[in-house]
Amino acid sequence: MSDLTKLTLKAALDGLKAKTFSSAELTSAFIGAIETANPALNAYVETTFDKARAQAAASDAKLARGEGGTLEGAPLGIKDLYCTAGVRTTACSGILENFVPTYESTVTQNLWDQGAVMLGKLNMDEFAMGSSNETSKWGNVVNPWKSRGSNAELTPGGSSGGSASAVAADLCLAATASDTGGSIRQPAAFTGTVGIKPTYGRCSRYGMVAFASSLDQAGPITKNVEDAALMLQAMCSHDVKDSTSLDLPIPDFSSFLGKSVKGLRIGIPDEYRLDGIPAEIDALWEQGIAWLKDAGAEIVRISLPHTKYALPCYYIIAPAEASSNLARYDGMRYGHRAEGVTSLTDVYEMSRSEGFGKEVKRRIMIGTYVLSAGFYDAYYVKALKVRRRIAEDFTRAFERCDVILTPATPSAAFELGDQAKAADPVAMYLNDVFTVTTNLAGLPGLSVPAGLDSQGLPLGLQVIGKALDEGTVLNIASVLEKAAGFGAKPAKWW
Amino acid sequence: MAIDVATVKKVASLSRLREDEARLQSLAGELNGILGWIEQLNEVDVTGVEPMTTAIEMPQPMREDVVTDGDKVREIVANAPKTVDGFFIVPKVVE
Repeated sequence: MSDLTKLTLKAALDGLKAKTFSSAELTSAFIGAIETANPALNAYVETTFDKARAQAAASDAKLARGEGGTLEGAPLGIKDLYCTAGVRTTACSGILENFVPTYESTVTQNLWDQGAVMLGKLNMDEFAMGSSNETSKWGNVVNPWKSRGSNAELTPGGSSGGSASAVAADLCLAATASDTGGSIRQPAAFTGTVGIKPTYGRCSRYGMVAFASSLDQAGPITKNVEDAALMLQAMCSHDVKDSTSLDLPIPDFSSFLGKSVKGLRIGIPDEYRLDGIPAEIDALWEQGIAWLKDAGAEIVRISLPHTKYALPCYYIIAPAEASSNLARYDGMRYGHRAEGVTSLTDVYEMSRSEGFGKEVKRRIMIGTYVLSAGFYDAYYVKALKVRRRIAEDFTRAFERCDVILTPATPSAAFELGDQAKAADPVAMYLNDVFTVTTNLAGLPGLSVPAGLDSQGLPLGLQVIGKALDEGTVLNIASVLEKAAGFGAKPAKWW
Repeated sequence: MAIDVATVKKVASLSRLREDEARLQSLAGELNGILGWIEQLNEVDVTGVEPMTTAIEMPQPMREDVVTDGDKVREIVANAPKTVDGFFIVPKVVE
């Protein structure tokens, strides 16, 4: 039965509907796979197997009656950023070590409403702040992929590293993730999986632990593009509990797949050709361009002149919003409270210092600094203006093209414990150089695996679309997926 | 605009974080590194540019001013470190 875990979400849903196997069988196959793999990969920080079995039984009853939602009986993993009623939700931070939400996030509720089964909560960088999963309170996730001839453990990327690792290692059919600067797309690229961040506002942020509210957006990590369309469909909704949630019709994303791309204009931004990027990444990009040309698309050179300012701009805006959002962790109403101190200020300061990890504290301090009197205009307001410049670049570019094709990451997965990146925060931040622009502009972006490097590690291409045009992004990605014929899976060592 | 240890200490205090002296020293270096890298934004001409505060322009949604939720005392205090009779217990604020 363990073969069931290798199915795509679509194939599993078809099998469930055809009663080839039951959700109970499928769920128990995943439970077995997680029990075997998790001690090595550390993808799940909390498992909910009893709940999963109960949900699977309920799904089987519905399926037997010929009823059920679009994800009926499908076992999924949930990033620990999503509040799940009655199931501990920590955002992988010590400050939320014992937090058990009494309410459900809208995105996860949407999934349960469609009949999905919850296997557990997936590891991530603390408060989604990180690109290697090493800031998690619960220890880093390990990438199921290894370099050829090496036994070194690699990062699955971050912050949605648990989601990416679990999907790549067949520990769930698909997973929820979230993306503030690249946290869906970079881990997807590092693990040979598909990740899409939709247009800002497509998914409700209600019940998602907040990092940087004007940038945070939910999205799925899946085994292929078809699955990404299915998952995204279920996750998106208008929600009165999130005032930034878009009150617009949500198209049938799957219906875009397989459409002809003849005549579609693919923008290739000059500014994404960076110095010091491995030749293999450039070669893959050229290959992607050739594939789309073969499919009948038209290639257009475009310019996004403010690209190089996106990361520094992000590292003002995101920490500023984070410092404000994380002010709620005061040790009073929920979360960790320090023992052995009595004055109010001592309790505040000690609770936060004990509860937050190093990277989170660093970002809170940067955010506090750029928002403080005397620096607010020089840093924060300046960054907001540069942000508009970056968004305007895209508006102008999209007058000449329909989607944009870029590499997803500046490298393949790197080793855990990378000393250069640990010593220099900016070196770690550069992981998001290709992905962060779409968060600032609010645009949809998707990473699709398109090849392996000389070490045998997956590399991804990124497709960026116009606001609300996830459908075309998914279709272009499926053309690339087909052309690449990417079927590689990590060799099982766990 | 180099940040010294005294500034880091002040920022930590504004952030309600407490760091020991050794960590304050290394934070000064790290923050200077990050802020130095951020300085490149000064190259961008932003004359006449409106600050962008939202990713997607849309009107603020309005709703009727009515009660939509409530009577959830137990849920609200469920995760509190200390409670008595549905109240949060906090350190003494006023002497």
